[in-house]
Amino acid sequence: MGTFLQHLTNALSLGSLYALLAIGYTMVYGVLRLINFAHGEIFMISMYTVFFGLAIFLLPWYVIFILTIVVTALLGVLAERLAYRPLRDAPRISILISAIAVSYFLQNLATVLFGGRPLTFPQVPLFTDVMALGGVRIPRLSILVPLIAAALLLMLTFLIKRTKTGLAMRAVARDYDAARLMGIDLNWTIAVTFFIGSALAGVGAIMWGMKYPQINPTVGAMPGIKCFIAAVLGGIGNTAGAVIGGLVLGFAEIMLVALWPALSGYRDAFAFVLLIVVLLVKPTGLMGEKTTEKV
Amino acid sequence: MKQKQYAEGALPRTRQRKITSTLLTVALLAALAAALYALDTNASSLVLRIVRLCAINVVLALAMNLINGFTGIFSLGQAGFMAIGAYATALLTIPAAKKAMIFMITPLAPPLDQLTLPFGTTLLIGGLLAAGAAFLVGVPCLRLRGDYLAIATLGFSEIIRVLITNAQGLTNGAQGLKNIPPNATVWWCYGTALVVVIFMALFTTSSYGRALKAIREDEIAAESMGVSLFRHKMLAFMLSAFLAGMGGGLLAAFNGTIGQDMFRVMQTYNVLMIVVMGGMGSISGSVFAAFVVTIGQEWLRVLDGPMTIGPFHTDGISGLRMVVFSMLLLVIIIFFRNGLLGTKEVTWASIGRRLSAMAGHKRKEAAS
Repeated sequence: MGTFLQHLTNALSLGSLYALLAIGYTMVYGVLRLINFAHGEIFMISMYTVFFGLAIFLLPWYVIFILTIVVTALLGVLAERLAYRPLRDAPRISILISAIAVSYFLQNLATVLFGGRPLTFPQVPLFTDVMALGGVRIPRLSILVPLIAAALLLMLTFLIKRTKTGLAMRAVARDYDAARLMGIDLNWTIAVTFFIGSALAGVGAIMWGMKYPQINPTVGAMPGIKCFIAAVLGGIGNTAGAVIGGLVLGFAEIMLVALWPALSGYRDAFAFVLLIVVLLVKPTGLMGEKTTEKV
Repeated sequence: MKQKQYAEGALPRTRQRKITSTLLTVALLAALAAALYALDTNASSLVLRIVRLCAINVVLALAMNLINGFTGIFSLGQAGFMAIGAYATALLTIPAAKKAMIFMITPLAPPLDQLTLPFGTTLLIGGLLAAGAAFLVGVPCLRLRGDYLAIATLGFSEIIRVLITNAQGLTNGAQGLKNIPPNATVWWCYGTALVVVIFMALFTTSSYGRALKAIREDEIAAESMGVSLFRHKMLAFMLSAFLAGMGGGLLAAFNGTIGQDMFRVMQTYNVLMIVVMGGMGSISGSVFAAFVVTIGQEWLRVLDGPMTIGPFHTDGISGLRMVVFSMLLLVIIIFFRNGLLGTKEVTWASIGRRLSAMAGHKRKEAAS
């Protein structure tokens, strides 16, 4: 029972982290119809930002956390401005290649700036201490991660459903050209989308780093792809779907390893198998809307 | 009757052109062979490495161009297919005595532990195995569209890598393979590259090739013209994997050691850079770009070494050239997204036209 509870909290926190990253993918895909391949690398850069802030410059953790989130969000906006906006009217394959190029560039840049050797993510005792809960020893983080994620998701839902910017984002996602004709400032709306998506990736990165404390330049690649899969799983373009997809993927991965430890080597392959199955059975994902293909 | 006269009148001229271009091609090949012979006997081993790597990259770029450029299917699975070819070639060419030394943790499964085959055969076997894997991957993936296909093929390439890491008794797992005999001579590399170039030129102008281009331009229109989408896509996908497998085999023999780490998504991106730079859908573009990128990467190695710029001195930043290169890919895709050649080809006829246009220009200038 104790170990089961441990697996459960583990799965919940991993799932919440996937959800935070998946939202970035799903929002960008919603407005631009683009797989933002650079999302995982933006996540990686923010882990390095925390590392340098805490371990090298010895700033207090709250300053660094806020700084990291802002830096990450601005990096996302910058990537959009420099690499995606010039290609907005180009064939979609070009903008996809551009996203790949940004991801490739950031990985290579990180290798040069920070070195290829893995670094250890600094610990913040407030978050990483282990506490006993009903006879089970659980890192405080496992409880905090789902709570923080839930709070952020509530804020995001409010933003999308109740504010004017959120309305503009929904309009752009529904029909790009019509939104422009109705006087919506596309550049601003898309920039805000990238800002929010990347900021959530920044929060995800901070908590990911405390949970899995090893950073190297390719640390963002696997979570990045997996979270895109989570977004597809839930129905791409749908924020609630991204959360559900992230949680499902997190639970499935933890339970797979918990129930069949022999399969732990194949853990990374599992997400892809899940993706193929979902795309074949229900291509629009769990929460996705039906779309008709126009000739 | 009239038509026949026209045809009779036109024939000698086209035949003449054909003879001219064949002669030019033969002359070019002879010159290439002579140059390679001279390099093979005189050049340093470092130069020879770069020369051979150019040809291997031609094979890899054409393999990717077939599916991504000519068929318009954005597949990111190439690293996986390369890995299959590389491991097949490595396992079938390493001598039995050395295999026993390499596989220390888990012995290699029989009959592979005793079996060695000639290099050419292993390249073909590697290609065929990759094509077989492509069939299995293609059945679910080729039904998907656009970016879903990209991410699904990327996923399969990662799955292949995970399988390789875990199949200790077949691939030596994370330790990788070493002592692969250095069979990738200049002649093997350029021979393979030449065969692949000729194959691509013939294939892309055949009815199959035209069907693939039709799919690229408009899937629905192609389908309504009677092109079977799935069969043609599968054909292109398997052929591309076959070529990638052969390229991977060459790369294994070229490197001498391989490991699962070599076949990460980065490997696919490296080849993608060549294809994008040359132009998606251009054979000659891929060939040029393969040379430009390979030589350029060697040339930029200066950046990784020690440098003194004004008052600043560094002892060498490893990886800086890759930053420059990935920046270059970004610049190409943003500002010159059709690459060097777009979907155009450089042929003798196009060179002739260009030359006569230049000559005409000069004549006009002289007249005025």
